[in-house]
Amino acid sequence: MLRKIVDISTSLKLTIVCLAAAMALIFAGTLAQVHLGIHEAQQRYFQSWLVWWPAEGKGVRIPIFPGGHLIGGVLLVNLIAAHVKRFRWTRRKFGIHLIHAGLIIMLAGGLFTDLFAVESHMQLQRGDTKNYSEDQRHTELAVIDTTDNDLDQVTAIPESVLKKNRTIDHWSLPFRIVIKNFYQNASLKMSSEAGSSATPIANQGPGAMIAVQPLPPATAQDERDVPAAAIEIQPKDGGGSLGTWLVSDGLGAPQTFSCGGRTWMIAMRTARYYKPYSVTLQKFTHEKYAGTEIPKNFASKVTLIDPERNVNRDVLIYMNHPLRYRGETFYQAGFQQDDRATILQVVRNPSFIAPYVACVIVAAGLLWQFGFHLVGFARKRRVTA
Amino acid sequence: MKRFVPLMVLLVMAGWIAGDWMPPKTAKDDIDLAKFGKIPVLVGGRVKPLDTVARNSLLIIHGKQELQLENGHTLTAIQWLTDVLFNAPAADQYPVFVVQNDEVLGLFGWEQSQRKYFSFTEFSPFLKQIEEQGDQADKLEAVQRSAYQSAILNLRNGLTLYQRLKNSVQLEGTKDFAAELETYIADLPDAAKAAVQAQRGENFDRSKLDEVAELIQKYEKISEMAYILAVPPVDRSGEWNSVGDSLLHSVATGEIHPTVLEYAQTGDAYRANDHGQFNQQLDLLTSWFAKEQPNAVKRASFESLFNRLQPFSQSMALYVLAFLLACASWLGWSRTLNRSAFYLLLLALAIHSFGLFSRMYLQERPPVTNLYSSAIFIGWGAVIVSLILERIFRDGIGAACAGAIGFVTLIIAHHLAGSGDTLEMLQAVLDTNIWLATHVVAITTGYSAMFLAGMLAIIYIVRGVFTRSLNKQTADSLARMTYGVVCFATLFSFVGTVLGGIWADQSWGRFWGWDPKENGAVLIVLWCAIILHARWGGFIRQRGLMMMAIFGNIVTSFSWFGVNMLGVGLHSYGFMQKAFPWLLGFMISQLALITIASMPLEQWRSFRAAENSSPDEHMPEPTAA
Repeated sequence: MLRKIVDISTSLKLTIVCLAAAMALIFAGTLAQVHLGIHEAQQRYFQSWLVWWPAEGKGVRIPIFPGGHLIGGVLLVNLIAAHVKRFRWTRRKFGIHLIHAGLIIMLAGGLFTDLFAVESHMQLQRGDTKNYSEDQRHTELAVIDTTDNDLDQVTAIPESVLKKNRTIDHWSLPFRIVIKNFYQNASLKMSSEAGSSATPIANQGPGAMIAVQPLPPATAQDERDVPAAAIEIQPKDGGGSLGTWLVSDGLGAPQTFSCGGRTWMIAMRTARYYKPYSVTLQKFTHEKYAGTEIPKNFASKVTLIDPERNVNRDVLIYMNHPLRYRGETFYQAGFQQDDRATILQVVRNPSFIAPYVACVIVAAGLLWQFGFHLVGFARKRRVTA
Repeated sequence: MKRFVPLMVLLVMAGWIAGDWMPPKTAKDDIDLAKFGKIPVLVGGRVKPLDTVARNSLLIIHGKQELQLENGHTLTAIQWLTDVLFNAPAADQYPVFVVQNDEVLGLFGWEQSQRKYFSFTEFSPFLKQIEEQGDQADKLEAVQRSAYQSAILNLRNGLTLYQRLKNSVQLEGTKDFAAELETYIADLPDAAKAAVQAQRGENFDRSKLDEVAELIQKYEKISEMAYILAVPPVDRSGEWNSVGDSLLHSVATGEIHPTVLEYAQTGDAYRANDHGQFNQQLDLLTSWFAKEQPNAVKRASFESLFNRLQPFSQSMALYVLAFLLACASWLGWSRTLNRSAFYLLLLALAIHSFGLFSRMYLQERPPVTNLYSSAIFIGWGAVIVSLILERIFRDGIGAACAGAIGFVTLIIAHHLAGSGDTLEMLQAVLDTNIWLATHVVAITTGYSAMFLAGMLAIIYIVRGVFTRSLNKQTADSLARMTYGVVCFATLFSFVGTVLGGIWADQSWGRFWGWDPKENGAVLIVLWCAIILHARWGGFIRQRGLMMMAIFGNIVTSFSWFGVNMLGVGLHSYGFMQKAFPWLLGFMISQLALITIASMPLEQWRSFRAAENSSPDEHMPEPTAA
């Protein structure tokens, strides 16, 4: 039995099957991007263990194909097992071993990146200073204690918790939050305009006049979901409900109420990652080639201030020249509002070095191996000629 | 005698090309349009000669680089452009705009007929309507547009470009531009004085002020419309301007830029049909440029030479001929034909290389910057590798591959050139020569090798199934070549893909983003890996290798073109609806070849001939992985 498992996991056939499955998966996942958008297709096909059909819904779902993680994982096991078993320290095999060692590093690095890399955005208007970046794909419910003038105490509830439609009881808050409805994506309209069919789901604040219409998740590359929820505030010291509020990314300003003798602000907003340093946009430039609309360069001049490390300097971030600081990298990603605001992509990827190392190792291995063949080939020809 | 045949073939072809490259003679008293075409201007962010502007504009509007008039007379691109710039009323009558869509014709109440070219004058009553319809179509994504919407948008863009061209160096319909400019510059000081007086409420010369104000309005209009920025910067740091802009600056400087005046005088002479005067003014203009903008002049005249030589069409013809000679060599007279094909290929490659390097010089970039240049480069790379194979094996196979791939890739390039300037400026992200030179070159070299391996496999199968010429020796050497080329493709595709990942990591902070073009590249790498492992494992032999190499053509064409048609992601430069049927046809043809190859070996003519020796039995021991 064990022998059989070893045989299968080290077999070349398994390698070929995995490679072929990977091709089929990538092909399907690429075509799926046309309808699903890159992000969704990536989630369903590549960053999953199995590809399901139908992709979502509560009914019966059947796995129809192994997903990226499964294929990659099996391939990784196969690679490692085969090379442990067949390892020979010969000149002929050296290149092959190098290539595959590199591939192992690359695959493992890819898996690591998938698990641990964090991508977010920082959007700055000229003069803005921010000490956080935002994750456009996720939202959070921020409950902020604003009683103290100098310090805001923020309690953030992530989207994954909101989705479960539960009651949230957190030690730092003198009240419970009951999530009544949560919509992944919704359109908000004044209920007077929306017609009779839609009734508001809240009775406090501006939400009492707004009708919420659920929408399917956004798929286009430049669209994103506008989540919304109705939440009820119940003080822990009894006294009944304070009312139901509508919170949504689509609402402008946060809403305030008081409870337990303190003033609170609630807002549903894009999830934030706070940093121990801040970035201020001095200037954004968008150059075009003379007489055309073709962009020539985008550049953001920012000031980086880090009191912990005594850093206060100006940095120019432009195309192909990111800023790397404290494990995070800031890239010039885009612009908004007729060039008045810049969008920086902020990436934390602890395994970013893996592909670099892997690339060098594999390329060396390929050169070694094919060089070996070529020399052999030339020698053979000289003999026959 | 036979020994000299190849040399003679080479000499004849070289002579034919040299003859083609001789500059056309202009009669002494005729206007020197060749010289006019060399004048540098700034269009699309790049300094280029007027000749290029003429060719590209005519290509966009008319679909060809020449214009056939109704009386049978043919205009070159620069002849057409000169009329557009200086004598718009005449140019308005030329049948340049292509309309074939019957719904678009119906919009104007015209019935579809044999005629597909129409003049500006014919459209002039409908301009507003075309503008509106075009705007509606413009709001849709290219994929969503109907045939009618694509056609009307095309027409609108053509008309807009034409109108901008007409108003580039003077307002259309201006009669005596030089005289007008003289009045303008002479009256400016008085008008300025009058304006100040008017502001102070004093008495002022209203006629002078009105006259100048009217001219300024005209110049504002051409400053808005101009497509060509014809006026070079005054100093090193300055920028190119349109004639209109330059004339508006004159209000402050009190001077007219010398080129503006010379353009005006050249145009006046052209309208007056005064050849001597035209050439004289043109001399003044070109000598000014030669003195003030030597660099731009050097580049522009080289580009206009490049335009005239059309190196890629020349090498295309040579590739076809070489391919035919190489194929013929398998039927008989092999050494002579083979050698002739090889010589022709060297000539074709020399011309192809000249074209490739000229483009690099003109653009100051590594060879591949867009889809068009990728086709040129893929052909070039494949031809070089094929010629090396031919040098080693000397059996006509490398030569046939070189001829076929060289020809097909150049044809593809030719059809990709329809959208205008193929030396366009690069989007900000791509503005990095290091990555263009490494990642892009490696990837496209990988494409070259994949297509070459596929072509070798096609030769194996076609010769094996349909002819008796595939003997064991040829089969073995084909197999060895294919295997070697697949290894080469693996190396380049892998390194290229990873370099792309590193570029992405440097620019966007992610090594891999599952962008369609990235996926296409990794599909090639995976396919190569499958071929190599299947062979090392002994799962496939010669025929299997060939079938898989042909499937490699499908994978590569998907990666090269297919993913661009999806219209998603960062690499989707240029959506090409028109190319889709071709791509599909190519893929089906490759599948058909694979099907033919799977025919039992007894059915193959070559193996039926050599009864007991099917090549599979003689397959050398596969090397284990």
